[in-house]
Amino acid sequence: MTVPADLNYTRAHEWVRLQGDIATIGITDHAQEELSDVVFVELPDLGDIEKASPVAVVESVKAASDIYAPISGEIIEVNIDLVADPAKINSDPYDTGWIFKIRVSSPDQINGLMDAASYTGMVS
Amino acid sequence: MYDSIINEHKAVRESSGVFDISHMGQLFVSGGNAATWLEGLLTNEVATLEPGNAHYTFLLNEAGGVIDDLILYRLAEEHFLLVVNASCIGQDVEWLGKHLEKGITLENESSEWAGLAVQGPRTPEIYTTITEGRTLPSRNGIDNLKHEGERLLICRTGYTGEDGFELFCPAKMASHWWKALLDEGVKPCGLGARDSLRLEMCYPLNGSDLSPVRTPLEAGLGFFVALDKGNFVGSKVLKKQKKEGVSERLMALQLNERAAPPRPGYPVLDQEGTALSVLTSGGFSPNLGEGIALAYLPVDKVQMGTPVFIEVRGKKISAKVVEKPFYRK
Repeated sequence: MTVPADLNYTRAHEWVRLQGDIATIGITDHAQEELSDVVFVELPDLGDIEKASPVAVVESVKAASDIYAPISGEIIEVNIDLVADPAKINSDPYDTGWIFKIRVSSPDQINGLMDAASYTGMVS
Repeated sequence: MYDSIINEHKAVRESSGVFDISHMGQLFVSGGNAATWLEGLLTNEVATLEPGNAHYTFLLNEAGGVIDDLILYRLAEEHFLLVVNASCIGQDVEWLGKHLEKGITLENESSEWAGLAVQGPRTPEIYTTITEGRTLPSRNGIDNLKHEGERLLICRTGYTGEDGFELFCPAKMASHWWKALLDEGVKPCGLGARDSLRLEMCYPLNGSDLSPVRTPLEAGLGFFVALDKGNFVGSKVLKKQKKEGVSERLMALQLNERAAPPRPGYPVLDQEGTALSVLTSGGFSPNLGEGIALAYLPVDKVQMGTPVFIEVRGKKISAKVVEKPFYRK
């Protein structure tokens, strides 16, 4: 189970990579392992979003999993590669398996998220 | 040890996989009139089942509904083994016990037997290797032997649509056979893959596609019901149903577009959006790359090719009725 040190995490197993005021979001290696074969992703709509609201759905053979906005802001981009190849979430969850990008309303929201050590502690 | 459902599914279709089916039940029936007794309780024809062979059959209630679907092994002229669903062992024993006749012995040995289902194109050679030289019997044939002093009972049957066998052994031998199979490169597979494999073949699942309120004719499984053999529990209702035709039949649905997988309980709607039914089974087909499902649908409104909608997580996804099975080699 990989937990990259440079990312932040939520209790709902999402990861956040903040670069300036753009946050890229996906689900963690632990989450993709639990879900197993991802076969469909319902990508978010673009536009304003409140922290903790459900924005996307990742469907695997086993289960459907809601994805929540880890921070507030505006969804400016979604990973359309996941339409043709949803399994990227399994094979490359932290890179090409990213799900959506938010322009954050205030970058210090990142302080409310877990760091790698806390997340690792939570899932161990 | 276990892998993703899709990888396990593919291994069975392309090579070989093994499922732990030790939860299934084993009921032994013997007695001077065992065959006649079973003839009156099971739908398929016992008289023409040769010793050393097995067949698929149903145990029905008085309304013609399915109590259980099972494989009947004829070990000898008047010695039988019923391999039944785990969740039905209690009900089956109770029902058979209620109908017991003088001279019939019914023994529930479920807790003593372990079971492994080995499925995939490689299985005949695997059988020969692990038994040090035995040939896998022909389809539905039984091999009943002792291996190093312990019983081994196998039947060339399965629930995946691939060649294969189901193996039963005393519980203490389970790890021996499991290890022997893994040493031959057979892939351990879980019940998730077992479900996607059987769904691609439109094999019914008791409790979902089969139930006490549905007859085998409504499920489209009349092939396993010998209505000409004389009376058996449920035969009166089935004869009437055969004459009049069923009003609903279990049909195969395939999604027309990429969407979230259809799942049991999801509504099936007609083109106008009127609810017709709900899915009894549903899932993603690794071989087809599409969502597939089963549902009982009214025969007067829905036929082969009829377009319908399946409501998947609030969205109406277009689907159509297709021929069974979904997957053909």
